[in-house]
Amino acid sequence: MSGSVSYSSVVGIRGPLMIIRSDGRLGYEELVEIEVAGGERRLGRVLQAGSELAVIEVFEGTQGIATNNVKVKFIGKPLELPVSNELLGRVFDGLGRPLDGMPEPVGKEEWDINGLVLNPYKREYPDEFIQTGVSVIDGMLSLIRGQKLPIFSGSGLPHDAMAAQIARQSTIARGEEFAVVFAAIGVPADTAMFFRGELERSGALRRSVLFLNLAEDPAVERIVTPRVALTAAEYLAFEEGMHVLAILTDMTNYGEALREISILRDEVPSRRGYPGYLYTDLATIFERSGRITGKKGSLTQLPILSMPADDITHPIPDLTAYITEGQIVLSKDLYHKGVYPPVNVLMSLSRLMKDGVGKGKTRQDHKEVSDQLYNSYAKAMEVRALAEIVGEEGVPESSKKYLAFAERFEREFINQGQYENRDIETTLNIAWDVLSTLPESELVNISEENKRLFMKGIKAEAKP
Amino acid sequence: MRSEEVAKGKIIEVRGTVVKASGLSGIKMNEMVRVGELGLIGEVVRVEGDNAFIQVYEFTTALKPFEPVIGLGEPLSVVLAPGLIGNIYDGLQRPLSTLEGFNVSRGYSADPVNYSKKWRFVPSAKVGDDLAPGRKIGYVDETTLIRHYVLAPPNVRGKLTYIAPEGDYTVLDKVAEVEMDGERLEISMMQKWPVRLPRPFNERLQASEPLITGQRIIDTFFPIAKGGSVAVPGGFGTGKTVLLHQIASWANSRVVIYVGCGERGNEMVELLKTFPQLKDPISGRPVMEKSIMIANTSNMPVAAREASVYVGVTLAEYYRDMGYDALLLADSTSRWAEALREISGRLEEIPAEEGYPSYLASRIAAFYERAGYVRTLSGELGSVSIIGAVSPPGGDFTEPVTTHTLRYVKAFWLLDPNLAYSRHYPAVNWITSYSIYSRELEGWWSRVAEDFKSVKGKAMDILVKEEELRNIVRLLGPDVLPEEQKMTLEAATMIREGFLKQSAYHEVDRYSPPEIQYYLLKLIIMFYERALDKIKKGSKVDEIRSNPLYLRIIRAKYEIKDKDGFDALIKEVEAM
Repeated sequence: MSGSVSYSSVVGIRGPLMIIRSDGRLGYEELVEIEVAGGERRLGRVLQAGSELAVIEVFEGTQGIATNNVKVKFIGKPLELPVSNELLGRVFDGLGRPLDGMPEPVGKEEWDINGLVLNPYKREYPDEFIQTGVSVIDGMLSLIRGQKLPIFSGSGLPHDAMAAQIARQSTIARGEEFAVVFAAIGVPADTAMFFRGELERSGALRRSVLFLNLAEDPAVERIVTPRVALTAAEYLAFEEGMHVLAILTDMTNYGEALREISILRDEVPSRRGYPGYLYTDLATIFERSGRITGKKGSLTQLPILSMPADDITHPIPDLTAYITEGQIVLSKDLYHKGVYPPVNVLMSLSRLMKDGVGKGKTRQDHKEVSDQLYNSYAKAMEVRALAEIVGEEGVPESSKKYLAFAERFEREFINQGQYENRDIETTLNIAWDVLSTLPESELVNISEENKRLFMKGIKAEAKP
Repeated sequence: MRSEEVAKGKIIEVRGTVVKASGLSGIKMNEMVRVGELGLIGEVVRVEGDNAFIQVYEFTTALKPFEPVIGLGEPLSVVLAPGLIGNIYDGLQRPLSTLEGFNVSRGYSADPVNYSKKWRFVPSAKVGDDLAPGRKIGYVDETTLIRHYVLAPPNVRGKLTYIAPEGDYTVLDKVAEVEMDGERLEISMMQKWPVRLPRPFNERLQASEPLITGQRIIDTFFPIAKGGSVAVPGGFGTGKTVLLHQIASWANSRVVIYVGCGERGNEMVELLKTFPQLKDPISGRPVMEKSIMIANTSNMPVAAREASVYVGVTLAEYYRDMGYDALLLADSTSRWAEALREISGRLEEIPAEEGYPSYLASRIAAFYERAGYVRTLSGELGSVSIIGAVSPPGGDFTEPVTTHTLRYVKAFWLLDPNLAYSRHYPAVNWITSYSIYSRELEGWWSRVAEDFKSVKGKAMDILVKEEELRNIVRLLGPDVLPEEQKMTLEAATMIREGFLKQSAYHEVDRYSPPEIQYYLLKLIIMFYERALDKIKKGSKVDEIRSNPLYLRIIRAKYEIKDKDGFDALIKEVEAM
């Protein structure tokens, strides 16, 4: 791949797409630089490479471009990010250009932002528990180093506060190198400000890299932003040996940018106008997480996405959950009840939890306690549905305890302060306490041994 | 297949995974090609005069017009030889374990099996024998579990003029020679077979034996026969992959081929981590010694996803031809169908439903038809069973991949999100799932226990009744029900908790042999019948529920491991 430079002219423009004369000199996904009259420079990427013409997506949009007022320069390689540990503490735009007034960092190497395909054989199975200090996550949806676990949210819900809390509390130094990579994808400026402030407050800012594509920035650029951010994250994790937490918000905006381009290219749409390759495309982002055999670091992803109209069957949350290792679903009902974080545990899941918890990792009763909470809360929801119809008096005596359990579970176990950091012992002890609302015979998921070891202890402690 | 004149052309357009090339006169449909300076692997999917459209099995970033395209003269084929077992391959049968570095580099080639390893060959045919296609000429012990029979290739027939004596040979060495149409043909332990072509067999037979999976809801209620085909549709989080992993780990098939098609990389790692440790329930040897894995994870190139299921099923057929029961698990066939859709879209074909090509149904049909219980060319019995996961978008079972798949499979395990939400796993819905193998396998189960059919029937009756009663309870509360019906609800809870739910991670519970499945269900039915007697005599359900036997029966799946334990518990229930 030579870095040769040559120039070309524009043949046609359609939305953010530009058709240019390439005479076969442009390769698929290679980068071009567009010099607009007046000296402004924009970047574009090849979507279709023909022997005469090429289709380019222009990241900054095509406003003001005419067929006769631009020069197109071929860069001869795909978009790259200079990587080194000088990235830490810096703020970039959605394409990886400095926004903080400082010069471009000196890269040890330039990395293709599309990443490389990790050989599945060289992956290390993730099984290290991350204590986030948030009971509902640690207790029932444990986050594991190298996992990709998205937050599915709705407008007005505190997903940002929650992600920031996880970032603050899970990176508390345990003598290990960590970093936070934050990618804003089409979010309002105050969301970006909020995260910046939270990272600063916890002292993690100098161990963070921020990539900002804000709501006012060009939509096409959003296709690149998560890839640039993950390139930085991969470098820090697998070359510098850090434990990296990457927060990508909001992936729904990413999906919409992809749809925009797809429709302009006259591609055959699948669901709701999204392209048929949405799954594959999202996978090339989310699969860039994990651990590698023989390498010290890890890359954990915490993408945030808003469910349009709170619809979890919408293609973006739906396909995301098919790729990620679980999902944390937020609920408006709990939010209105004043519960923070308002996690709908029944719809949420952490697929990697099973191998990251238990004896020697958290506590031997962790798995059973978690199963029991799910089981009992699911039953309690049925009782609640019944109580809504027949009234609480109509609920049989034996089931009334479930109503009390559900209340305590939501108010005491799930609910906690935004700046409250509970260790796993505390989380599990609260769980036992909440479970003690139910008669012992209802605890079908818990073995005699664990009841003996943990239930009695709590009861004794709980007595004044 | 002899190489003819090689077609050479050049790229004229790159459109994602599809490349258009010119100057390829004589190129054949489905011929393999090498594309560009990097030599990316591709397959011809459309021919227009001297132009061809090629689906490229690797990423096409930086590929340019005018780069070369070279025909390889043969269709996509797999190498069939000793040494396949225990491997993990990509969608084109390139071994991932020998790849250097951490990434899957583009355009790499690697031998699917070790060509220089020597195997101990033991001949079973002799000079002068009439060699028919598919006949066994000898064997090597591929692993302690698999005796790998060396078969005459399906297109070879004639008199054996040479057979190697027992000794150590590589897969390329000549082990036999046959005279065919006046020519002498060498036979080695290796053969190649085009993946899109089903391997021939003698005749298809009616299945009569179950493929035991050790999963209670499946074996007891919705069984699969050896040579059967099943679809497992389920939305995200309903446990498709865990269920498929469980079946791969415990099924009593002789060979397991697991195709991770467009799914998570970490799931393949999990298999790689657990298979060497898990013990095959029949032989006690590690499951790895009977398994082959094919991984095209979701971030790997999409066209190779399309190929991966064919590579998998061809390997399964090869072991079937040796007289084995092979099991193919494909997770997920929806990703395979989406790959078809993506390629079709790039070829600008007119779509049928939801952007899928009009040939989706016929491709699905052709794939599942490769399952079957057969008499092989050498006259033995062998089978290929196929279990395919389906990932319907939005959990919508009316979408094209699910609906077309249901037309061709004979069993259907529907994964229910409501069961999954309450952590009832495996989340197979017992009201909507079905298996037409159920009746064919009744004879087999009656040999496990004479009254198996009646116990199973009673249990299903309770579950169906529960469904009706719950509708009443949801509206009016349980107090309106008479005590007997309350007891039916309790019995249904016992079946759910003590039988249908099965933990994939509990040492005892994860694998339930047929006799234990029977005992567990029998216990619940006996308890229920005794309880009904007592209720008739005036007992209350609450009293029955507080009987310690209630919790002991529910937890029996974890705690009782042998026949004696069950017999003792049955005595206690009888005396209740």
